[in-house]
Parts: sequence; C-alpha cells; structure tokens
Amino acid sequence: MLDVEDLSVSYGAVQALHGVTFQAREGTVTAVLGANGAGKTTLLRTVSGLVKRQSGNVSYGGVELTGLSVENIVRLGISHVPEGRGVIEELTIDENLRLGTLWQFGRQERRSVLDEIYELFPQLAQRKRRMASTLSGGERQMLAIGRALSSKPKLLLLDEPSLGLAPLVTAQIMALIQELARETRLTVVLVEQNVRSALSIAEEAVVINLGRVVIADTAASVAADTELRHLYLGF
Amino acid sequence: MSLFINLTLNGITNGMIFAAVALGLVFIWRATHIVNFSQGSMAMFTTYIAVTLLDRHINYWLVFAAALVAGLVMGGVIELVLIRPLRGEHALNPVIVTLGLFILLEGLAGSIFGVGNRSFPPAFSQAGLTFGHSTIAFSHFDVFILAAVVILMLGTLVLFRATNMGLRMRAAAFAPEVARLLGVRVGRILTLGWALAAVAGSLAGLLVAPTVSFSPNFMDLILVYAFTAAVVGGLDSPVGALVGGLVTGLSLSYVGGYLGSSLEPLGALAILMVVLSARPEGIFSRPAPRRV
Amino acid sequence: MSAIPSVPPVPPVSDPGPIPIPPTGLSRFPWLRLPRQPMLRHLLLGAVAAFGFYILTSAISSFNDFRVGEIAVYAIALAGLSLLTGTNGQISLGQGAFMAVGAYTLGVLMTHTHLPLVVDVLAAIGLSGALGLVVGMPATRLKGPYLAGMTLILALGLPRIADKYSTFFGGDQGLTVNSPTPPGTIDPQRWLSWIEIVGAIVVLILLANLTRSRFGRSFRAVRDDEIAAGLSGIHVARTKVLAFTVAASCAGLAGAFLGLSVGVVNTGEFSLTLSIYLLAGMVLGGAGSLVGAWWGAIVLVFMPGWSTSIANSFNLGSAVGANLALVVYGLVLIVVIMAAPMGIQGGIGWLGRRALSLVGGGVPAPGAPTPRQEGNEPVGSIPSIPPPAAPARNIREQS
Repeated sequence: MLDVEDLSVSYGAVQALHGVTFQAREGTVTAVLGANGAGKTTLLRTVSGLVKRQSGNVSYGGVELTGLSVENIVRLGISHVPEGRGVIEELTIDENLRLGTLWQFGRQERRSVLDEIYELFPQLAQRKRRMASTLSGGERQMLAIGRALSSKPKLLLLDEPSLGLAPLVTAQIMALIQELARETRLTVVLVEQNVRSALSIAEEAVVINLGRVVIADTAASVAADTELRHLYLGF
Repeated sequence: MSLFINLTLNGITNGMIFAAVALGLVFIWRATHIVNFSQGSMAMFTTYIAVTLLDRHINYWLVFAAALVAGLVMGGVIELVLIRPLRGEHALNPVIVTLGLFILLEGLAGSIFGVGNRSFPPAFSQAGLTFGHSTIAFSHFDVFILAAVVILMLGTLVLFRATNMGLRMRAAAFAPEVARLLGVRVGRILTLGWALAAVAGSLAGLLVAPTVSFSPNFMDLILVYAFTAAVVGGLDSPVGALVGGLVTGLSLSYVGGYLGSSLEPLGALAILMVVLSARPEGIFSRPAPRRV
Repeated sequence: MSAIPSVPPVPPVSDPGPIPIPPTGLSRFPWLRLPRQPMLRHLLLGAVAAFGFYILTSAISSFNDFRVGEIAVYAIALAGLSLLTGTNGQISLGQGAFMAVGAYTLGVLMTHTHLPLVVDVLAAIGLSGALGLVVGMPATRLKGPYLAGMTLILALGLPRIADKYSTFFGGDQGLTVNSPTPPGTIDPQRWLSWIEIVGAIVVLILLANLTRSRFGRSFRAVRDDEIAAGLSGIHVARTKVLAFTVAASCAGLAGAFLGLSVGVVNTGEFSLTLSIYLLAGMVLGGAGSLVGAWWGAIVLVFMPGWSTSIANSFNLGSAVGANLALVVYGLVLIVVIMAAPMGIQGGIGWLGRRALSLVGGGVPAPGAPTPRQEGNEPVGSIPSIPPPAAPARNIREQS
C-alpha cells in the first residue's frame, strides 16, 4: 500500500504541494485529478524519487521512500511512466522494453518476461526491431506501459496516459489498466486530465487543487459530487 | 606524386590517433554533455607513468596495459570528484573545471616527472616499409597504430550495440531521467563513461609518444585536432569520431605538407569554422530541437 | 446542472500612500555617497584611483613601479575578458592571442616605420579590435564548449604565423621595442608605468560606462538567456560581436603595453598558457567584475615570484618551481568554480553586504555601489540546465 502523509514539496520559492495525504490500497486504481498546474505530476515525481520533498512522508509497503534514490525506489517494485511517456526514440522497441528488465532478471527470465509483454501488445511484437521514433502516440503509450510492466512492478504510477490519444485508444488503454490491476493485484496511481475515463476505472479518487487535497474518497462519490466536478474538474 | 602518397598515409595514421582521442571526447559528451578539455593532459599523464615504468625495464606490454588501467582509474576518479558535484549547475562551469584540470595535470607532470624532453621507445620499428625500390612513409609502427585504433573502434561498437551495459550507457546518454526510472544507475554509468574515455586517451598517448618529442605539452595539439575531428563528426557520434578523425588527419597532413607545418593549427581552425558554419551541431549529430 | 458558485467578494484596498524608505546602509552617511550619474561616478573614482597610484608609484622604487605597471597591464586584459566571459557569457581562450596581435603590431610598426608611439599603440588596439570583429562574427553561432574550443585553436595557431614568416616577425628572438622617452628627469620606468596606469584607468572607466549602459544590459541579457533576449528585441549577434571586439581591443592594448614593458616581442610570451592564466585570473578576481580584474592582475603578476620562493623554501627543486604556477592556477580554476564561483570580488561583496547590514540594519540604498552594480556575476551564469524538477516542456504537455 502506498501511504502519502502530509507531503509538502516546493521548487525554490514556489510551493507545489501542501500537506498532501492519501493512500492507495493494493490492487486498486486510484485516480489523481485536478486542473493544470495543480501539482499532480509533482506528486508522482516525488513518490518515484525524482523530486525531493520538504516535509512529510511517503512510504510503500511500510518502507520509507523519502530519501531513497530513484534507482533504489524502482527496485522496491515501483514503476513510473512519466509525463510525455519517456519513450527513448533513439532505441528500438525491443531495447526500450529490455531496458526495464536489466536490473532484475537474468537472460532466461528476461526472454519470458518480454514474451509476456509482447503477448499483451501484439502491435509492438510485429515491430520489435524498429526505432521507437516510428511509433504513433497510442503505440508509444503501449510501449511505455509495457516497459514499466517489464520489471514486474507492484506499484504503477501513470502520468496522463491518455494525453494526445484518440478516444478509442484511450478506452483501450484504460481497459487494459483496469484488467491489470484486477488480474495481477497491481496497485495503480493514475494521474489524469481525462476525468471521465479515469473515474470509470478507478476505485478511489483524489482531487488536488493548487497543491492541496480537496477530497480523497471513492471514485463513485467523487463522480456523483456535481459541485465538486464543476469547481475543480471542469465539467 | 610520392609526396602526395606519403602525406596521405601520414594523414591516415594521424587521423586514426585523432579519432581515438575524439572517441574519448564523444564518450564524455554523450554521458555528461561536457567537452573534456583535459582529455589530452590525462593521456599525457598516463603516458608519463608508462615511460617511467619503461625506464625501469618493465616489459612493454605490461606497461601498455598498466597505462590503460591507469587511465581507467583516473577517468573514473575525476568524474566522481570533480564533475559529479557540478551536475546540473551553470552549463559552463564544468568546461572551466576541465581547463583547470588541463593545466593542473601539466604542472603536476612537469613537477613529478621533470620538464626535459624524454624519448618514448616505439613498440615496433618506425622505419618505412619498402616495396621494391621505394620506401613509403608507413612503418610497422604505423600498422600497429591502425590496428590498435580499429580494435578500439570495434570494441566500442560491440560494447554499445551488443551488450547490456552498452544499452544502459546509450539510454543514460539519450534520456537520463527515464533511464533512472527504469532502474539504470545513471551515476555509475557516467563514471564508467569517463573511465572508458580516459582509456581511449591513454591508448592515443601511447601511440603518439614515440613519434614526437615527449614533454608535458605533447598532447596539446593532438587534443585540439581531436576536438576538431569530434566536432566535424558530431560530438555525440562514435562513428563521426572516426570519420572526423580521418578527414581532419588528411586535411592537416596536406596543409602541413604543401603549406608548411606552422599553419596546421590554423588549418584546423578553418575546418572547424567551415563545419560549424554549415552545421553547428557537427556532421553526424542529431539536431536537437530548441525548446523555448 | 447546479448554479456556478459565486466568487466571494474581494475587500476594497485603500491607497496606503507613498511608502517611506527607512535610511539604510550607506545612505545613513549622505556625505559618503557617490554621484548618481554613472559617468560622473566613474570619473570621480578614476581620478581618485589615479591620484592614489601617483602617490604609490612616487613612494616606491622604480623597480616596483614596473610591477605596478604590469598589474595595470594585466588588469586591462582581464577587464576585457571579464566583460566577454563574465558579463556576456562567451568563454574565450583567445585573449592571449589578441594580446599577441597588439604586441606584434606595435613591434612591427616600431621596427619598420617611424610613426609616433601613440599611433603605434592606437594601431595595436585597432588591429586587435578588427581581428576580434572578424573572429567574433562566426563565434556568435557557437555555443559555450564549441567557442572555447575554437578560441583554443586560435590561441595555439595565431602565434604560429609569426613563426612561419619569421623574417618579418623577428623569428625566435622577436622584435625589439623601445620604451617611450619620458619628459624631463622622470625615471623612464616610472614614466612607462604611469602611462600603463592611466591607460588602465581610462579603459576601466570606459568599460564601467559600457557595463552600466544599455549595452551592458544587453550583454547580461544575452548571457542569461539568448532566446529570450532575442525575443525581447535585442540583436543577439551584434551584442556578442561587440563584446568580442571590445575584449580583443583591450587585449591588444595590454599586449602593446606588455611589449613596451618587456622591451621585446616574441611568441614565447603569448602561448596557450597565457590565455588560460588570464582565465584563471579572471575567475579568481571575480568574473564580470571590473574591480576583480585588479585582484586577478595582482595574483598574475606576483605568482611567478611566489611559486619560486615557495619551491625554494620547501626545497622542492627547480622542476617544481617552474611548474608550481601551472598547478596553482589549475587548482584555482577548479576550486574557485566549485566552491566560490564569484571569486575574490564576490567574497568581498558578500562581506561588504554583511558589514553594511550590520551597520545600517537593512539593504544598502540604491546609491551605494553594491557588488551587483559593479557587475559582479558568477562565472558561467549562462543558461543553466533547468533542474530536473521543472523540465522544459512542450506547451502541449502541460499538466
């Protein structure tokens, strides 16, 4: 379980997060919602260790994450797909996927893990040796998620997976995320601007505005609260 | 005509040496986005270590290996101590640090090993090879130079394309933050990059030393020409280092042969200006989009 | 769809009137304040400095006048470099080469013509400035490391022209240069050092005015963010070329003076090491600071003497003595950049601000010369790589 407690983060003089508190339970999808600049990306980056916090705690499965390096946080089973996907264009699809497996698996296991990912994303399998720069937006998202999954994480942090994707592709990806969470007990924290899609697959929802948590409740309650939706979510 | 042939052969041999040093510059640029102006001085220092060992009559090949290892260690230590603390700060500070290191190493070498010109014995005969009645400006030692640099280049190719470490290094160079999120220990990769770059430089130093009067400045011009080679080829391309090296080596050989050796540095300057005017990022590099 | 909640009313703010500024720092002592207009202020400072130097040089022996003159000469070269690298952010390793141009112009004109000294010196400034223009133009397209590399080759290559055409340029021995004859019974060494000091003060006044003018602001703007500066209407290329030309002209003057001091002009004086020493002197004194140029110059002039005496007193041998300067300057460049990028002047400025805040109980008044106004900038205040927390983003990908 991911436990974020009273987390405050600032970039120099700018306070990005004030006392953010919420939990993400094992095997659930938690949607993190809010307007542009609310601090959602900062939240994920702090959990994965890219950004240092000023105060507060982040712990996963009882292990304190604050103060650990990014590489060590990854080794705890936490995978972060950053904003913009972070597909490495100069590498091939296969190399991108392999990269995620290097720290954990030996040659044999690696092959079988990669085969699993290719089964999940047949479009990627067809073009293994192509450069990642040749992929479309949706395919890149699949590559990014596949790469994040290739290390068999227990916690998956997704930053706006639907960005720039056609509605149909978005729906496919969301469905995939939901299925993964259910089948493999994967904990997912999903930052999204596409609130409807996110709420449709999430069990829990956290709404952030100007760095503060407005509400942390079940997705259903948040979806039903129309005033909240108007104020903070834009519809 | 034979002058032309000899200049060409000379140019190729020199070009390979420039390529080796340029390869080191490329490693460091790709890893840390720094131009290592002390690349030549580092090579000079390990070569001085080598000549000191040779003076004690230690076997040449052992000394050769020792110099390469010394380079490996030196490069790694320098990255950890001097470059790592400056990560992410003002872009030009590391450049100034490498310039400081440049003269620091020269001063240390002069202090420790003495200033007089020494001689470095070549591993193979430096007499020109003969074909029938004519002797060309290409000796056994030159063959050794070519072979050594080719092996270096092939080794680099294999490392980057066929090994997992190479994959990590490429990922760390192209997208360090993403690589970290995938568990790649980017810090260690950078240290390794500097260490390997220093090995390439050490090799070049060992290849150059027998051909020049050996003093703490002997790698200065080589560094400058290697920089030209790296820029011609694109600072982020190992293949470019090779091509750039050969282009630079040949051009400068012709300039030196037909116009006089004092004009070689200006020849390099001219090459640099021509390339940078046409493609400020070098011939082989990827033009980076400007983010505003 | 429920009604959009109303925005709570904002309470009206009444005009508080003009905000009283409490007297702080130097403004507590109005008689200490310097005139507001830059030109007057600089002229006043220059006159005070000239007077001070006059007293100093008259009091000490003529050999020491030579040293003071040398300091002035290096201060000129460092001030130019400081403008180019510290204020405008273009790192140049070619300052030594431009000094060579100035020196050789003087030498050649003295040897082959009978023009008055003033003309020779002006020609030295002019020719090195012109070369600075020629080099500076393609240099505008080069980013930091590439520019450093290009000027590195220049530093190595330019003196070689003198080797190639050695008959014209005096070969290994170089060209002899005659010191100017002083009027009356003034000691020639002292006369020369006065000329050099006056030259330095004039140059520094001009550079100080330049730095405070809109050109200075353009220099800094281009240094801090070239793209933003261009978008704000600054002609980036012209600004960079101007800085380059000014720096080269300063170097040319310094080179000419150096020729006069030493009495001979040859390539040995103007090696690559000189350019790196100048860089070290600038970094140590404080990049972008005109006062810092004097600190750097003092170190440059006294360092050879210090290193030999240190080597001697520790019995380190002659090899060490000759190379100690290299080691020290190398360490200076490394340590200063890593620990105190603002150099000596930055340290003094910091101490000064602390002292003033203790005395005046607040921020120094605008009239007082703060280090910021002196143009003290950290070396390499050039577009920095943004910290990982706030990556440059495509506008599309705002979160």
